[in-house]
Amino acid sequence: MSAVAHDHDHGHDHEHVHHHKDTFITKYIFSIDHKMIAKQYLLTGIIMGVIGVGMSMLFRMQLAWPEESFKIFNILLGDKWAPNGVMANDIYLSLVTIHGTIMVFFVLTAGLSGTFSNLLIPLQIGARDMASGFMNMISYWLFFLSSVLMLCSLFVESGPANAGWTIYPPLSALPQAISGSGAGMTLWLVSMAVFIASSLMGSLNYVVTVINLRTKGMSMTRLPLTIWAFFVTAIIGIVSFPVLLSAALLLIFDRSFGTSFFLSDIYIAGEVLHYQGGSPVLFEHLFWFLGHPEVYIVILPALGITSEIIATNSRKPIFGYRAMIMSIIAIAFLSTIVWGHHMFISGMNPFLGSVFTFTTLLIAIPSAVKAFNYITTLWKGNLQMNPAMLFSIGLVSTFITGGLTGIILGDSTLDINVHDTYFVVAHFHLVMGISALYGMFAGIYHWFPKMFGRMLNKNLGYVHFWVTAICAYGVFFPMHFIGLAGLPRRYYTNTNFPLFDDLQNVNVLITTFALIGGAFQLVFLYNFFTSIFYGKKAVQNPWKSNTLEWTTPVEHIHGNWPGEIPEVHRWPYDYSNPGHDEDFVPQTVPMKEGEVILHH
Amino acid sequence: MTSLLVIIVLVLLAVAIWQLTKIFDLTQVASTSDNSQVANDDDNNVQGYLMFGFLAFIYIFTIYGVYTWGPLVLHTPASEHGALIDNLMNITWVLIFTVQAITQVLLHYFAFKYRGNKDKRALYFADNNKLEAIWSAIPAVVLAGLILYGLYAWTNIMFIDEDEDTVVIELYAQQFKWTARYAGADNVLGKANVRLIEGVNTLGVDLSDPYAQDDKVVTELHIPKGKKIHFKMRSQDVLHSAYFPYFRAQMNCVPGMVTEFAFTPIYTTAEYQAMPYIIEKVANINAIRAKKSAELVAKGEPALDPYTFEYLLLCNKICGASHYNMQMKVVVDTPEDYKKWLSEKATLVSEVKASKAEPAAEGATPGKDSTQSKDTAAVAKIAMK
Repeated sequence: MSAVAHDHDHGHDHEHVHHHKDTFITKYIFSIDHKMIAKQYLLTGIIMGVIGVGMSMLFRMQLAWPEESFKIFNILLGDKWAPNGVMANDIYLSLVTIHGTIMVFFVLTAGLSGTFSNLLIPLQIGARDMASGFMNMISYWLFFLSSVLMLCSLFVESGPANAGWTIYPPLSALPQAISGSGAGMTLWLVSMAVFIASSLMGSLNYVVTVINLRTKGMSMTRLPLTIWAFFVTAIIGIVSFPVLLSAALLLIFDRSFGTSFFLSDIYIAGEVLHYQGGSPVLFEHLFWFLGHPEVYIVILPALGITSEIIATNSRKPIFGYRAMIMSIIAIAFLSTIVWGHHMFISGMNPFLGSVFTFTTLLIAIPSAVKAFNYITTLWKGNLQMNPAMLFSIGLVSTFITGGLTGIILGDSTLDINVHDTYFVVAHFHLVMGISALYGMFAGIYHWFPKMFGRMLNKNLGYVHFWVTAICAYGVFFPMHFIGLAGLPRRYYTNTNFPLFDDLQNVNVLITTFALIGGAFQLVFLYNFFTSIFYGKKAVQNPWKSNTLEWTTPVEHIHGNWPGEIPEVHRWPYDYSNPGHDEDFVPQTVPMKEGEVILHH
Repeated sequence: MTSLLVIIVLVLLAVAIWQLTKIFDLTQVASTSDNSQVANDDDNNVQGYLMFGFLAFIYIFTIYGVYTWGPLVLHTPASEHGALIDNLMNITWVLIFTVQAITQVLLHYFAFKYRGNKDKRALYFADNNKLEAIWSAIPAVVLAGLILYGLYAWTNIMFIDEDEDTVVIELYAQQFKWTARYAGADNVLGKANVRLIEGVNTLGVDLSDPYAQDDKVVTELHIPKGKKIHFKMRSQDVLHSAYFPYFRAQMNCVPGMVTEFAFTPIYTTAEYQAMPYIIEKVANINAIRAKKSAELVAKGEPALDPYTFEYLLLCNKICGASHYNMQMKVVVDTPEDYKKWLSEKATLVSEVKASKAEPAAEGATPGKDSTQSKDTAAVAKIAMK
């Protein structure tokens, strides 16, 4: 990747000496250097993202113009799934399912958290590498393997999994029920099992590294909020991913070995199946025990990144540092006891619904604190409008807009009528889809110089942000209305019966915004890939940031710092500290004689 | 329309790429490191104004949306508890819009107002316990109110009083159709299990159960106005969800267990069809269909039937390839009409007897046949397209 960058740099690259030789394979492929692993995660995440977003373009076209045929369907999906350019209903559901799976797990979990946890944890806490570089490498390659398996599932004869990304049995367990529940679902489950193993190895590494490898002076209350977010995210992952693994394994048992964990009393395709005594509701509990924390696994790193970027670019301390930490912890704790709000009408005891309504609405409190603190950080700042800053402000905007409708969905009474409608789709895409994507983009624009030693083009960044921002609202804002009109999600076409015919022009508008927004992501891709090789060379600390990663040389070296690991003397948010001339005071600057700590 | 859109996208894309290459060329000139890609004061200025513009966009888009698409959303619930839900919904909406309006203004206005400038310096303002206490307490108090109201409503809606005088109806889900079973004069459903499915007994009712003797199985749901209907739901294959949008009612149907939901319809189908907002909706849909019909006729295909409003029961849990087509007509009758309609239906026991008397005429399991015919219909539809 950065091979070209190396060639260019040779002139002034001889100050530091490599103690051990890297071959191409140990440097670029089976690397144990956290910075290279971060780049591997990012690149894989971007590739998966292109596929995931591309799929959404296809099914949005189907939803807007269900009666038309498109040559592009036939080209991309083939004669079997799109004869004469008409998308088949099976493949529509597959696209929806795989889009969800890829975006949630492969892009926003591995691509976002994997990239930035790996890149930033050692750099920002002052460590030479992760606690276990080898395990870190294994973690990436398992992720790579699971991505390959997921992509392979697209090409099996009976089609990819299409029971929805939540793969509720019995639909996901019975090949008789839907075409994708054959080999496609088997590959989906195996891929996810491998993914979970990868995620657990990564998370364990992050937790151990943060606890043990902080440099001198880096107390827990001097950690940047990014690290707090990654740390807590890793803990949620360790607590909840194993439960999904057990659900996946039990489902594999039901599918392949005839057990009845989730199945009972089934009559399908003219025969009674032998399953007896299992319950699909049990699967829902196990799934959402991960599934809900998962949305926080996705959004917390994005919020951590945003905290860092907003503070740096506002040239102000993040407002309420300790409150931010408390709210991260509160969100993490609550996130593990709210899963039942996905199941208000699943047939579980309504009393449980009451409990889950209560815990769910409580999450709004720490979330509100975070939103208010971001806004207060902007107040009387000196805002440097870099693309990363725009995406961070955009994140706060969509996080509020999307989060507020959570008050409706988290309330069991109101959920009755909007459950599984497009209202839900609008809600979660804004609050965790778009917001987390913005967080990822913000992180890429901000730390690109750290990753590749070059700068992304800012003007392309501005174009990218503004078109994306308008299209994101253009897609998901109208979606609330069609959801409130009662339109169920996951319908292959909404015009099969006339009840929803009046919503069709809204769907056309949504798709138009989606296509434009999707197309403009090419601007980002272009910027990203050309800047790796031809971007402006970066200075050591382009954003005038306080955190430790900007004290490392631009050129990547093993062990991060050529000499001693720097010692930390202050918290990371001393921006515009009145006792100093510069508007930033890196963490490595010792306290002046008689300097008073101005924050709690 | 489509080609137009494609052209627009392509043109925009071409412009974007052209611009990129231009900018790209410019960046190629110098190759030493500098801060040219870090926002300068001009950028701060332009982006600050754009932030303000974006605030205007959010506001205008919201107002436009509420005005244009607001009339499309469900209103006037057709069930008794619906008013409770809609009331809570409206309160929540007022709250959401208020918070949304204030926070988005603050966020984007601050982004505009405090856009960066070389000569400025930010205020060092790291924390303030009073402020944080305020904005933890306000959401807590407001949410406590919402939670209490929500739980009150939830308890009212979901807990069904067994002693109440209700009409018990079973909703039976299978890929991709709904069936209803009426409990008959005793108002108790006979036992059932999928292992007993045979011939016309497609619901697997235990015909030896005394309670099953007066059960009636129908494919169109009729319910009486003003009477509480106690639905007991079953599924024979995968998860389905019985969604009655106009009655603000929904419950999953789960194989292996019976789920329940109860509501009281308060408008007959005819009364609801006469609602001004439904008349408007129907006129709107018919205008769209008339346009489509004209296109179809021009192509030599038959025109579409005009639409009249009917309550529908939809499947709202992905259940297979034809999930999008799993619905059942729901008719709310006056109690008299309902009684008359139901009395004309034969009991399941008598239907089973009749089918056994003339096995040749009935042929193989009708349950299976009907599923298959739905599937072939879906396939035929794709082929037609």
